Amino acid sequence: MLVLNFVIYISFLLACVLVVFYAERKLSAFIQDRLGPMEVGPYGAIQPLADLLKMLHKEDIVPAKADKWLFKAAPIVVFIAVFMGYAVIPLNANFVGSSVAMSVYFLLSIVSLDIIGLLMAGWSSNNKYALFGSMRAVAQIVSYEVPIGLSVLAVIATCQTLDLQEICMQQSIYNVAFEARYLFGLPSLGIEVSQMGGILLWNIFQSPVLFIAFIIYFIASLAECNRAPFDIPEAESELIAGYHVEYSGFRFGIFFLAEYGMMLVTGLLASILFLGGWNPPFINIGALKLADYTSGVKGEISSHIWGAFWLASKSIALLLVHVWIRWTFPRLRVDQLMFLCWKVLTPLAIIVLLISAVWRLLMVM
Amino acid sequence: MGYFKDISEGFSSTIVGLKLSLKHIFQARKSRTNVGIEQDNYFTQDTGIVTLQYPFEVLPVPDNARYRLDNEIDDCIVCDKCAKVCPVDCIDIEAIKATEEIGYTSDGSAKKLYAAKFDIDMSKCCFCGLCTTVCPTECLTMTKTYDFSEFNVKDFTYHYSNLSPEVAQEKRELLALFQKEKELKKGL
Repeated sequence: MLVLNFVIYISFLLACVLVVFYAERKLSAFIQDRLGPMEVGPYGAIQPLADLLKMLHKEDIVPAKADKWLFKAAPIVVFIAVFMGYAVIPLNANFVGSSVAMSVYFLLSIVSLDIIGLLMAGWSSNNKYALFGSMRAVAQIVSYEVPIGLSVLAVIATCQTLDLQEICMQQSIYNVAFEARYLFGLPSLGIEVSQMGGILLWNIFQSPVLFIAFIIYFIASLAECNRAPFDIPEAESELIAGYHVEYSGFRFGIFFLAEYGMMLVTGLLASILFLGGWNPPFINIGALKLADYTSGVKGEISSHIWGAFWLASKSIALLLVHVWIRWTFPRLRVDQLMFLCWKVLTPLAIIVLLISAVWRLLMVM
Repeated sequence: MGYFKDISEGFSSTIVGLKLSLKHIFQARKSRTNVGIEQDNYFTQDTGIVTLQYPFEVLPVPDNARYRLDNEIDDCIVCDKCAKVCPVDCIDIEAIKATEEIGYTSDGSAKKLYAAKFDIDMSKCCFCGLCTTVCPTECLTMTKTYDFSEFNVKDFTYHYSNLSPEVAQEKRELLALFQKEKELKKGL
């Protein structure tokens, strides 16, 4: 069972990464009026595989003056930290790798362990750019943990649970039997939507203030993944590539996978916390039971497939927004980065947390 | 109120930037058509994908474009004008006088010289086109071929002579014999 879980999650990760990698190259090309990869396969569709092969062919270089053990261990530490976060992600209504009661807490803490790996990589490379890059990465990730934590807390205050599967279930049409849900979560409005399902049960609709929390989470997750415009840790034009400048071949590939895995896990968490997780966006309208059709029957194979499909497409859509943002904005300066984190996002997140706590009171009244 | 002004400015400029790149994604449905510089709409296509998938698509080349030289050796009278006018001396000609008229070019000029060597070194060529303007029989022309890179720089020397070395040697001996006979005649 353990091995099966591992295989399921790693193949889910790899499939999503290949899709996102190809989509990123295509989308960035379209934004810049280019075509992107066109040669390998139809419209360059198997370019990611070609890149993967290229990466595996390359020599694994360890610099002579590097701290060899740390240097070799760093990518593995980063990847393990990120991949462990997947253990608690519910892929659909019936399947979760490890159903922990405090899975949000586990996810946030285990994923932030990857900064140890980043610092190891930067330090052991014995390269000033790598060290600069890793120090910036750590400073940035540690500070952006705060708005992320607060915006996640706003969701937890609304859902009253730390279990990701429970949070998904609350936004689901399967929940009908257990609890009645109202438009914007307010019983006083008197419009019950628990039969309608879809987008109306999503947390950002159940408690509209969570939409701001979602925006905060999204901006902070960009910084958490070192994505542009917060890519100062790997700023190409000043630091070459940041902490992984000395890595090549397979070890670089692991870093790369961990980076995309990190992006995907923040995307998955965002879709679970705010966008209904594995639930479809469609609403039951009268006889047209769109939500029922696209949810499948709980416990059967249809709900497995629909759940994984909706979760993957929501998080991939969020990652495509990452790409859209990446190719639009110039990089922030360090002081601008910290200004945004501490003076804008954090106070806003605290206010949102307060309002969502009040909203929770309105939801139960 | 600088703080809130900064935030609202950052917010609105974010929206403007995202709109701009979204516009480009939508415009990427179309590619620009491959029109040459001679067509009127060359400068009017300002949206869509600009990439030209080169070996599969090419832009049309204008009629007066100057690229690789080509010599039609059957029409060449080996007058050596092109080699003389060439500013970079990339044309190397060795002419052998024929003992009789060889034939006629397509415009009716009589050919009286063999080209034992007619080499053009395209790696030296500066594409000025002077050689083509002085050519009396218009056998030396600049073609539209511009993709002719080579792995070895020596391969840039194009040989246009239609005489094999043996035949050239034969013609040289024939000329020497002819001249000797002529001198003998003079000596008489």
